[in-house]
Amino acid sequence: MGNVVLKLADDVSTDVIYPGRYMATVLPTETPQFAFADNAALNAALRGGQVPPGSVIVAGKNFGCGSSREQAVSALKGYDLTIVAESFARIFLQNAINLGLHIVTAPGVRASVGDDLTVSGENVLNGTTRLSYAVERLPQARQAIIDAGGLIAYTRKRLLDTAAGVTHT
Amino acid sequence: MGMTVVEKILARASGRGAVKAGDVVEPAVDLAMSHENAALVINQFLEIYSGTGREPAIWDPSKVAIIFDHRVPAESAKTAGNQKKIREFVSRYAISKFHDIRGDTGGICHQILPESGYVRPGAVVVGTDSHTTSHGALGAFAFGIGATEMASVWALGTALNVEVPGTILVEVEGEFGPYVGPKDLILHLIGLISAQGANFKVIEFHGRTIRAMSTSGRLVLCNMSVEAGATAGIVPADEETDRYLRDEAGVESVQEHVTADPGASYSRVISIDVSSLVPQVACPHAVDNVRSVREVAGTSVQQIVIGSCTNGRLDDLEVAAGILRGKKVARGTRMLVFPASGRIYAEALRKGFIADFMNSGAVVMNPGCGPCLGVHEGALGDNETALSTTNRNFKGRMGNPSASVYLCSPAVAAASALEGVITDPTEGRN
Ligand code: SF4
Repeated sequence: MGNVVLKLADDVSTDVIYPGRYMATVLPTETPQFAFADNAALNAALRGGQVPPGSVIVAGKNFGCGSSREQAVSALKGYDLTIVAESFARIFLQNAINLGLHIVTAPGVRASVGDDLTVSGENVLNGTTRLSYAVERLPQARQAIIDAGGLIAYTRKRLLDTAAGVTHT
Repeated sequence: MGMTVVEKILARASGRGAVKAGDVVEPAVDLAMSHENAALVINQFLEIYSGTGREPAIWDPSKVAIIFDHRVPAESAKTAGNQKKIREFVSRYAISKFHDIRGDTGGICHQILPESGYVRPGAVVVGTDSHTTSHGALGAFAFGIGATEMASVWALGTALNVEVPGTILVEVEGEFGPYVGPKDLILHLIGLISAQGANFKVIEFHGRTIRAMSTSGRLVLCNMSVEAGATAGIVPADEETDRYLRDEAGVESVQEHVTADPGASYSRVISIDVSSLVPQVACPHAVDNVRSVREVAGTSVQQIVIGSCTNGRLDDLEVAAGILRGKKVARGTRMLVFPASGRIYAEALRKGFIADFMNSGAVVMNPGCGPCLGVHEGALGDNETALSTTNRNFKGRMGNPSASVYLCSPAVAAASALEGVITDPTEGRN
């Protein structure tokens, strides 16, 4: 499906994904230019279009820890990337669900830059090493936000439902 | 089965008889805080209503707080533009808990909320800032959310899809030695359980040491709970909480305390005796890379920072001023002091701490986040090292990816400022 363009260790913070000094930039149309800004080569490759759509970033545990800045998600979302990690930090995970960034939790996942990964709802198959990793499902309530097309659409629906007398329990 | 404090708070806020860890609930929100990132919240909020034919409406403007702190006064035209846009929104939607850039009522959001009496025991507090965990110090369930989620809270008044977190019970006993305190305790705990050790969990603090600790110290513990990945930190409300709310936050009404049921279930119990704890430091570039100050003593530092939502309160300034009084910051080291709020600044001025800092050679800056997140002032040069009382030392955090940041208590920061190298304040002082 896609090649691994970046392999990261555990505990990659949102300061690394989207450095704080670009935080005054908030619009999802403007944040992608600063994705991994302190990794000059990667940032240039992303902006120069050298990273093909569908590419995969593979991370360790606790990806997106630290600041709640949503720019860390909107910046990555600008590039049609899939993020596969052993686990995500809570706020990053929520933000990714809310904005519709394609993230997949696959405990134990192993891959190197250049490996070919196929990601489904069930598992992540590393076509290079021929190893497969089970995907951790999202709780149903979170899946509902994704299915609605993100939190904005989901909230809009809830507002209109409430006005129409539909209750949610 | 008995419920934990947070389970009880969430059960009440979601109108349920009982909830347990792992349940997904939609609690009513008592307080919704943002800072300059309200600029993004506003965009998302208006987007929710677009195409619906309905006027955007905030569910309860009296429960929304907006505090300017991250870049105050604005460092760029862009930030000034964001702040202007937020001011217009605030007046249009009659948001009363708004703290603009002012010397009297301004400051860091996580200091303004408690000192203004906005946070109450048992409340559900959300903030578009990861250190919203701070407010657990007053017995509230407080956690960070993203800007889009805040927009949804503004519209609905509930937080959608909150997973009831499991609880890690931390029992703290013993008396702190001289120049050892809450910052050393929380750094020690994070080092012990790691930066992911409390992911999707609440850290609930108990024990005699916590009961004897001031709200200021409890704020340090809850503030940094997120550095262990915790959804929240919480100190169940007690007499000290009542005292703080009454004497320091001007809250007249009596508050109900939420306590855990006997038989509440905990995912982990950790006991710590602080009587043998020595000053701690988090080494670059991870908050859980914790060692004793002694192990890294002698490391030279070019910048010392005292301040932030973690350690910019009056007791922090008092300890630091006491160490610096009548002495000089070492040549080659610059020291920056950022009181956490205007009120703290004024009090520090009255008590003479500000004069102590200035006479020692420190630069006292206006209240705000300052150099903590590396976007406003106090950025580091290439390969420089800073020692700071803030809460994060990730690569690039102080504005330069080639620089290094060590985290410590105000006592360690002040003692090190005098020497220009990381110094254990307990050596030669007691
Ligand atoms: S002082 Fe630092 S950690 Fe605290 S709110 Fe400001 S930027 Fe965040």
